Amino acid sequence: MNLTLLMYLVPSLVMFGCGVYGFLTRKNMIAIMISLELMLNSVDINFVVFNRYLFPDQMDGMFFTLFAIGIAAAETALALAIIINVYRVARKVDINELTKLKF
Amino acid sequence: MPLSYTIAVIAIPLFMFFFLGLAGVKMDKKLTGWLGVIGMLITTILAYGVALTYFFGSDQGQIADGVRKAVVVFNPDWLSFTKTLVVRMGIMLDPIAAMMLIVITTVSMMVHLYSLGYMCDHHGHAEKGFQRYYAFLALFTFSMLGLVVATNLFQIFIFFEMVGVSSYLLIGFYYQSPAAVHASKKAFIVTRLADLFFLLGIMLLSFYTGTFDFDKLVFGANGANSLEVAQSAISTAGGATFLGCSVTAWALTFIFIGGAGKSAMYPLHIWLPDAMEGPTPVSALIHAATMVVAGVFLVARLFPLYVIEQGAMEIICVVGAFTAFYAAAIACVQSDIKRALAFSTVSQIAFMMTSLAVSSADSGLIEIHGGQGLGFMASMFHLFTHAMFKALLFLCAGAIIHAVHSNENSQMHGLHKYMPITSFAFLIGCLAIAGIPPFAGFWSKDEILVACYAKGMGWGIWMSMVAGMTAFYMFRIYFLIFHWRKHEVHTEHAPSDQPWTMTLPLIILATISIVAGFVPAHDLVTWDGKELHTQLNWTVAGSSVLIACIGIGLAYKMYFKENELPDKLQARFSGLWEAAYRRFYMDELYQFITHKVIFQSICKPIAKFDRGIIDGFFNMLASVTGQAAYGIRRLQNGSIQSYVYVYLVGALALAVITMVCVLI
Repeated sequence: MNLTLLMYLVPSLVMFGCGVYGFLTRKNMIAIMISLELMLNSVDINFVVFNRYLFPDQMDGMFFTLFAIGIAAAETALALAIIINVYRVARKVDINELTKLKF
Repeated sequence: MPLSYTIAVIAIPLFMFFFLGLAGVKMDKKLTGWLGVIGMLITTILAYGVALTYFFGSDQGQIADGVRKAVVVFNPDWLSFTKTLVVRMGIMLDPIAAMMLIVITTVSMMVHLYSLGYMCDHHGHAEKGFQRYYAFLALFTFSMLGLVVATNLFQIFIFFEMVGVSSYLLIGFYYQSPAAVHASKKAFIVTRLADLFFLLGIMLLSFYTGTFDFDKLVFGANGANSLEVAQSAISTAGGATFLGCSVTAWALTFIFIGGAGKSAMYPLHIWLPDAMEGPTPVSALIHAATMVVAGVFLVARLFPLYVIEQGAMEIICVVGAFTAFYAAAIACVQSDIKRALAFSTVSQIAFMMTSLAVSSADSGLIEIHGGQGLGFMASMFHLFTHAMFKALLFLCAGAIIHAVHSNENSQMHGLHKYMPITSFAFLIGCLAIAGIPPFAGFWSKDEILVACYAKGMGWGIWMSMVAGMTAFYMFRIYFLIFHWRKHEVHTEHAPSDQPWTMTLPLIILATISIVAGFVPAHDLVTWDGKELHTQLNWTVAGSSVLIACIGIGLAYKMYFKENELPDKLQARFSGLWEAAYRRFYMDELYQFITHKVIFQSICKPIAKFDRGIIDGFFNMLASVTGQAAYGIRRLQNGSIQSYVYVYLVGALALAVITMVCVLI
């Protein structure tokens, strides 16, 4: 059985949907961050797959993915640092209770 | 001396203004004063050199075929808008400009020197703002010199404004006194109003004649004023009319109104008496000798145009003759010495204006009386002599005020014993202005009267009567200050003659007032540059001397020794006396017109419209925006997940729309 483009895209889409759902419903900030990572990774898969199937003689998509993974790592570190600091100050990580930044 | 040195005559005062104004603060007060005097002395020497070269010196192109030409020394383009619309900034010498150079620098020099003494208190310490005072004097001198040598109307206008500004600054020199501040504002606003007309006149005239330059408007091929050139300039207008008068007549009338504002002609004279709030030397320089004759100078500069536009000339004539009488009547009852002198100035300037205006009378009289030329020459001659003796009178008044610390003549009386030099100088000034031979005023006023009689018997008699009033009110002031009764010493030291810096200018100006009448003005300062052959008209001269003597005699009878007569007359004609004392209620009339009529019925509705409708519209826009923003700010509720939800929905909606569009 040949693997077609669609066979990669469907799981990626499911992953993205899970990410969105998690982002909207989770209350814990760490869980939200994990959902965010899920979305990011599904996008990475799309990059690689499109590159492989549409422009097999070029490597742009691959490089983009590598960049995205690197930046995602940095961003995760930053986000964790922020969450830890928020926890230190507010003693909670529940997103529904952290609504100070408003009008 | 090359005529191009005129540039230095103008540049030095400008430099002194910047130098004293910027560096003066750091310097010793007396030093700045002396620097100002030295700068002015150099300017004066150069100006005399240039003017005397122009009149008497070897030929530098200023005389051709017995005609004194206008010499343009320097005339670069300053602003060139289009090929035809070019504003130039230059220097031009003609007989009246050269004469004005002498007048301005002489009086300015005397005032600079005099102020060294006047602007000090009784311990000899210079007053606060001494440097500022000298800087402004230099600025004024520069502006006035630039005005008289202007080559075009636009340049005259610019310098007209600059003398206005320097006048404003110097009237308001004692800026802590509310009266001085009010007076300076009044002077500025009234003259600005007149200058608006001047600007309109310039625009009209230059639009229809196509030029600003005097050498195209009035100067003929031989370099002197020419009626043919003026006629052709006016005919360029192509006979355009407005309300039944030609546009050039309107333009010239407007220009005259501009001049009337500066020269304090009725009804724009109201600022001049108040301008006496400034330091007395400033009154002598600006409000007696130089700036106030700018209007006369302006009319003289455009004289050929006025000769052709008789309508404008008639207006000047009537305004001048009326102002002369009106101001003289007020001067007869004023108790403030400087105000009396101010009204005397208004009256004398009106003499000059009238003289210019009558000089265009019936040209058939040229053979008999010198016709067109005589009034012009007389006016300029009177300008010259008047500047000298009126500056002298003001400087004497300054010395008296400095000695007794009051402007009211009730505080003076009997000063002859205490201040003999000032007394003699004042007497000479009075004799000169009254027109007693051989003092300067006799010669010039006599020519004016001859010119008036040439226009018509009525004009002549009217002006002779005013001349008699002049003699009366001047000697009234003189007797009240120096005689009347014994002086009551109020302060611990009795009044005395002032230090030499103040006395020397008095002596110099008194000498000039004695001899200035012998200047051969009719050979030098004529409208067409040719010599004017006149001789003393003994009928007019004799009668004017007689009238002056009657005026003096009356003043002697009433005011020499303390007596009841003035009080009795005052009680007898109390209504008239009060009206004259209150200047025939002109200030009240202005107050009424400006406050009650203009402010109430025009400005207030406009202000209401502005505040209610224009401001209201923009306030409404702002408040609607504010309310809307306040309403929608609840959307920002601080919950990140709700933002993401909104974003998601929006993104999906966009995606759907895009898809729909693509599919269709």
